Amino acid sequence: MSEEQLAESEPTGWKKIFIVFDSRVATIGLIIVFFWSALALLSLLWTPYGPNETDFIQNLGPNAKNWLGTDHMGRDILSRLMQGTQVVLLKTRLPWGNISFPGGVALWGVAWSLILGVMLGLNAGYRGEWADQIIMQVLDALIAFPRVVLYLVVIAAFGQGDLVVIFAIAITGAPGVARLARSLAMDIRTRDYISAAETRAESTWFIMFKEILPNARGPLIVDAMIRVGYAIFMIGTLGFLGLGLPPPDPDWGSMVNDARKYIYISQWAVAWPALAIASLVIGLNMFADGLREELARYQK
Amino acid sequence: MNGTTTSKHLEPPVLDVENLAIAYKIRGGEVEGVQNVTLSINQGETYGIVGESGCGKSTVAWSIVNFLGANGYIKRGRVRFMGKELTGQSPEEMRKLRGNRISMVFQDPMQALNPSMRLGEQLKEVLTIHRGLNNADAEARCIDMLKKVYMPDAQNVFRRYPHQISGGQQQRVVIAMALLNNPSLLIMDEPTTALDVTVEAAVLDLVRILKTEFNTAIMFITHNLGVVARVCDNVGVMYAGEMVEVASVENLFNSPQHPYTQGLIRCVPNLGEDKVSSVLYPIPGRVPRADRRSVGCMFWPRCSYAEDVCREQKPALRLIPGTQTMARCHFSEKIAPTKWVPDEDEKNYARAEIGNNSDTILSFENLKKYYRVRGNSLKEVFGLGEKKYVKALEGASLKIEPGMTVGIVGESGCGKSTLLKTIIGLEKPTDGEAKFLGFDIAKHISKRDEQLIREMQMVFQNPDSTMNPSYTVGSQIARPMQRFKTVPKKQIRNEVIKLLKSMRLSEKYYSRLPHQLSGGEKQRVGIARALACRPDLVLCDEPVSALDVSVQAVILNLLMRVQNEFNTTLVFISHDMGVVRFISDYVCVMYLGQVMEMGPTEAVYAPPYHPYTEALLSAVPIPDPLARQKRILLEGSVPSAISPPNGCRFNTRCPRRNLLPHPSVCETDPPWQENGNGHWIRCHISMDDLARLDPVIPTERNEKVA
Repeated sequence: MSEEQLAESEPTGWKKIFIVFDSRVATIGLIIVFFWSALALLSLLWTPYGPNETDFIQNLGPNAKNWLGTDHMGRDILSRLMQGTQVVLLKTRLPWGNISFPGGVALWGVAWSLILGVMLGLNAGYRGEWADQIIMQVLDALIAFPRVVLYLVVIAAFGQGDLVVIFAIAITGAPGVARLARSLAMDIRTRDYISAAETRAESTWFIMFKEILPNARGPLIVDAMIRVGYAIFMIGTLGFLGLGLPPPDPDWGSMVNDARKYIYISQWAVAWPALAIASLVIGLNMFADGLREELARYQK
Repeated sequence: MNGTTTSKHLEPPVLDVENLAIAYKIRGGEVEGVQNVTLSINQGETYGIVGESGCGKSTVAWSIVNFLGANGYIKRGRVRFMGKELTGQSPEEMRKLRGNRISMVFQDPMQALNPSMRLGEQLKEVLTIHRGLNNADAEARCIDMLKKVYMPDAQNVFRRYPHQISGGQQQRVVIAMALLNNPSLLIMDEPTTALDVTVEAAVLDLVRILKTEFNTAIMFITHNLGVVARVCDNVGVMYAGEMVEVASVENLFNSPQHPYTQGLIRCVPNLGEDKVSSVLYPIPGRVPRADRRSVGCMFWPRCSYAEDVCREQKPALRLIPGTQTMARCHFSEKIAPTKWVPDEDEKNYARAEIGNNSDTILSFENLKKYYRVRGNSLKEVFGLGEKKYVKALEGASLKIEPGMTVGIVGESGCGKSTLLKTIIGLEKPTDGEAKFLGFDIAKHISKRDEQLIREMQMVFQNPDSTMNPSYTVGSQIARPMQRFKTVPKKQIRNEVIKLLKSMRLSEKYYSRLPHQLSGGEKQRVGIARALACRPDLVLCDEPVSALDVSVQAVILNLLMRVQNEFNTTLVFISHDMGVVRFISDYVCVMYLGQVMEMGPTEAVYAPPYHPYTEALLSAVPIPDPLARQKRILLEGSVPSAISPPNGCRFNTRCPRRNLLPHPSVCETDPPWQENGNGHWIRCHISMDDLARLDPVIPTERNEKVA
């Protein structure tokens, strides 16, 4: 009887999603992320002007016609900002012809670092011993390089392009994901249900992906959200260094870089894309943070 | 109104709690974790608070020392300490009133001691900081105190770090530290729960001595009725945040007035009873959550006497006429435990026709498991040092007949878990032979035949980690069936439901997730999973040690029933001598990786004993204050398994060495001696001498409850 009540009192399945709204931090983060996602979707259908149209007076501040002002070539900043969300969140352009596939560079980069990192981390954490030694030594060597240097190496080797940026994000993100997955696997491997699987002589892959991974899901998802933030930041940095996504489509980092040279004439052109990067990254971080706290509360 | 039956003291009680209610603020409101608690403790009195987990025992203690945390507060009632009111005061005033006259001892001594400070420094700190003593005086006082808590070699202990002394000694240091301020009230919150039974016995003896020597009032919180019987003068039984019965310890055990107390006493396995004659009667249901408590009597949903009035009207804690006991029950006068009729469902599941079977299902001989340890000296880092091994298992031998329940008992570190892991194949034995169903199993599980793996399954200790939190109950029980293809795919669901039903779980549990289950239910699902592929042998690794006593009784009865139903052989390891006696047909006592004694249960629990078995039995707290139990104190602690003693492993601590004309013979390997009927003892002392020792527990029981 009391068990019945207990069973009903806690959210299960898809209803769990609503725990996000228990946290104010997570809710604010989610609103920011939604705002940018909506803007990205909208930009597919409509932008105030063409992002590469140079029809306006240069270096204007915000006004009735150009809400966020114009840049040094007389392009509408709002249109460019909206277009810039696409490469981050919505589409990846292939180097062959004018083809692109869905999912932004930041998302794909993090997805691949997650796949790579989880594979390596679970193997290291569950198998232990020499597998752990080898995998972690290699990853530690990778971590020893400063991130930006690693990006430069990758881009120097493969040239510019969306796929290269994805690859760079995946390579630099994987060691961190692997460390997290490893520590989670090392903890979960000591639980009795893993021993139970071992006494059934389940395969190592079954134990790693069916028994361990589902229970490591929460922290990995939260970590991935923060990583999307980092990736956006990194795309911005690369764009600023002129090594990011190839022109002509605008990306936020190169917008900052271009406008930097005219900072004494107009500060707006620098401020808007910088603010855009910052707000999206902060939004993702807030969402991840709040989600982690709520998950911890429910896991007891 | 004083809570105790013996309030002849003229001076005010040290602690006087009246109608205490403690509430915790949670999201969207608050819950009253504790309600209507009344108790008083006089000088030199040990007051036990007993109850299952979640009943609010510790909360009461924390409210006295103001440890309730940010969201807890005293909602109603009074707490008086030495006649002074503690409630309603600001924390600063409270600290002044209380001074340093209340000390607390917690469950885990390792967490109470700072691992990076020498014990002496930690002890001295109490005096130099609180009392302003100088260093030399403080040191003298501390060493004096260590001697008073019977710490061997106090001077030496003073200079050591916590990890260098054993758990029992650590708890003694914590108690010494608590006593340094000469407290008027000592609160002990499960002080022996984390300790081994022989160590526990020593700490409990110390508590009894302290009471007379220091004249301190002691509040002793525990879930173990045996411990209560051994140290307490008066007892308060708590259930669901309320005090339900207050009585002197003799009255509590001889004529319990509240149905909950009666139920608790009925569901503890008694060390003095054998398997065939004893029955455990579990209390149905479980302790309600703090936010879902009944308006009437808290206990009515689980009570076999409940009537309508219990549901609607909360009974008051009242003096039951004709007794000196106070109980919170409408019907205490009418519910004499002798007239209690057990539920027909619970009966004795023991089978008489076991044994006399020449078959062997599992046998191992001279089984060894060594773990390599790496030191951190420079030599060892380069692999030049002498190789060191933890000898977790050092030549264990046993034969198990089909259909038996074999209990393996011993203190922590005796190798019983390693033995189980080696049998099931999670560890590869270092040496020795092991055969299961005639096949060689002295190898890792990955090298065994699939059919053989299916025939041996395991039940685990910790209910919270025995199930994968991500999958439903049904899919976890179904997995072994899929894995070994014992059941056609289409019938798996039906088969799982059938299994759930034989675990007394309804079909609804099929789609539940582990976090929706209580500890006992999780353990039942764990047993169902182990039985799903119909194994011949099930290994149980302390399956009840993490459960409350009323739930433990359910699981023990269930195990015995399913054993009959599925005709499996059980190997049951436990540190609890009472549980092992209740469930086993055959018992095997282990010490430091070796089997010391084995034989049919009744033979092992009666003389002749191996000296270690005798010491273990004498240490078990029996839930009966009148039990005349022989007391044997073991000296020192279990030696390191890296360099175990030569010859008989037990010779460094053996209290019976002096029975031998030349005790030095103990440093050679002792022989196995048979006492007939398959009862073997590994000892130098002759069987005749061992047989002359008195039994530890009196065989004739005083007939009382059930």
